Amino acid sequence: MSDVRQHADDIHDQFSDHIDVSVEDVEERLTTLVDEYKVPMDEARRSVTNHYLEEADLEREDISRGGSEAANVEDVDEPEQWIDLTAKVIELWDPRSDSVAQVGLLGDPTGTIKFTKWAKSDLPTLEEGGVYELRNVVTDEYQGRYSVKLNSTTVIEELDEELEVGDDTSEIEGALVDMQSGSGLIKRCPKEDCTRVLQNGRCNEHGDVEGEFDLRIKAVVDDGIDAHEVIFDKEATEDLTGLSLEEAKEMAMDALDTTIVADEIMDDIVGTYYRIEGPTFGRYVLADDVEELDGPADAEQLLIKARSM
Amino acid sequence: MSQSELTREVARRVFASEFNDSTYTFKESDDERAPNYALLPTGDRANRVFIVGTLTETEDVGEDSEYWRGRVVDPTGTFFVYAGQYQPEAAAVLRDTEPPAYVAIVGKPRTYETEDGSVNVSVRPESIAVVDDATRDRWVVETAERTIDRIEAFEEWEAEQEAPESASTAPTNEYAQMARKRYDSPVINYRNDVIQALEQLEDVESDAEAPA
Ligand SMILES: [Zn+2]
Repeated sequence: MSDVRQHADDIHDQFSDHIDVSVEDVEERLTTLVDEYKVPMDEARRSVTNHYLEEADLEREDISRGGSEAANVEDVDEPEQWIDLTAKVIELWDPRSDSVAQVGLLGDPTGTIKFTKWAKSDLPTLEEGGVYELRNVVTDEYQGRYSVKLNSTTVIEELDEELEVGDDTSEIEGALVDMQSGSGLIKRCPKEDCTRVLQNGRCNEHGDVEGEFDLRIKAVVDDGIDAHEVIFDKEATEDLTGLSLEEAKEMAMDALDTTIVADEIMDDIVGTYYRIEGPTFGRYVLADDVEELDGPADAEQLLIKARSM
Repeated sequence: MSQSELTREVARRVFASEFNDSTYTFKESDDERAPNYALLPTGDRANRVFIVGTLTETEDVGEDSEYWRGRVVDPTGTFFVYAGQYQPEAAAVLRDTEPPAYVAIVGKPRTYETEDGSVNVSVRPESIAVVDDATRDRWVVETAERTIDRIEAFEEWEAEQEAPESASTAPTNEYAQMARKRYDSPVINYRNDVIQALEQLEDVESDAEAPA
């Protein structure tokens, strides 16, 4: 099905209960705008939708949102699907492009997903921590990861309720094969809502600041098939290493060097097998539940298999 | 984050007998910075390996500067590990560790041609850590499992080659194909090494359970 036809179908579905209109008629209007007037598709959709709203004497809220279906984050497994989400804005990130108004992470009880809101779609601003009903968002896929795009047909309604956010939990089991730079005793920017890790005492956003100490590990856990990046926050790092933030600070003060903490931790964890459970954010797994695998592994089943080959 | 971290190379699990047979190396592109791979005879590529074994001997074989060689033994053979001034942490571990000791090593395969024209394969370590026997045993089982998986995929591909008319669903196996072209020794040899490695573990366990 062509792109235009798909959009025509969506719009037709929305109006078929209200007015007598054919898909071909919708498609022709869209084609005229897109091909002859070089209007972007989401603008064309908006314009054609408004035309039929007027014709049917309806408000936007009255039309059925045919084509888009109420969905949970975990259901998103296909690009180009029109769905409705009820989700909380977990994080907003800095847009890298002028064409993007807002970008960040949405969550519902079933998981988290990235969202992008186009600048030209002219939608209200989402607030971090806010819970919204987002009608008519479209799914997208890039390198196997899904996201949703808020477009000019999207209807945003802020809800006055709390929403518990669930995790896309991963469980990985493998050897910790590397600890990356930026691990150990680090300093973060103290400015409200910043928390960026300082590089040589400087925050990318706020320049030279008096940093606040924190403990963190960025590590690679590898099972021989995939290499996973795992982040241990302060609590997870303290649990893993038995080293508290206070002890780490003392250790660094005695040595007049913060890197001693990373060296110490590295000796302790590299080459060890772990089972790690936690939510995934992009390509990272946040270590929530960590177990060192120091018991014997079962060789018997494998031996039976190898002998029968 | 740098691009290289996005495509971090997996650390393959391979026993010493197969590793030392991995004499053919290649790149996937002409780019100078493209990663080097050793071709595993069971049909996979390895830019990085994770090995655990017994460090039995260390020696400074350097002439002008320190260059440490470690022998690391697993149930199938010996890995040769070399660390010099460009691997200072790993060299320090080889210098300071009293053999015998269990060690876990993350490193890159390196090949070099000897005077008689044969190719030797060694490990250039990124890190060396002293570990316990439980970690060693876990590595043996894990490496046995990964090796069996590779052999299975190799044999599926081979069966497909022998019966090309049959509508088989065996996936193409680029590295099995490459291995058959480059190497002589049959993959079944590596199955025998797996059995030997697992039997050794079993023996140790039954010894431990036997009443004194
Ligand atoms: Zn800052």
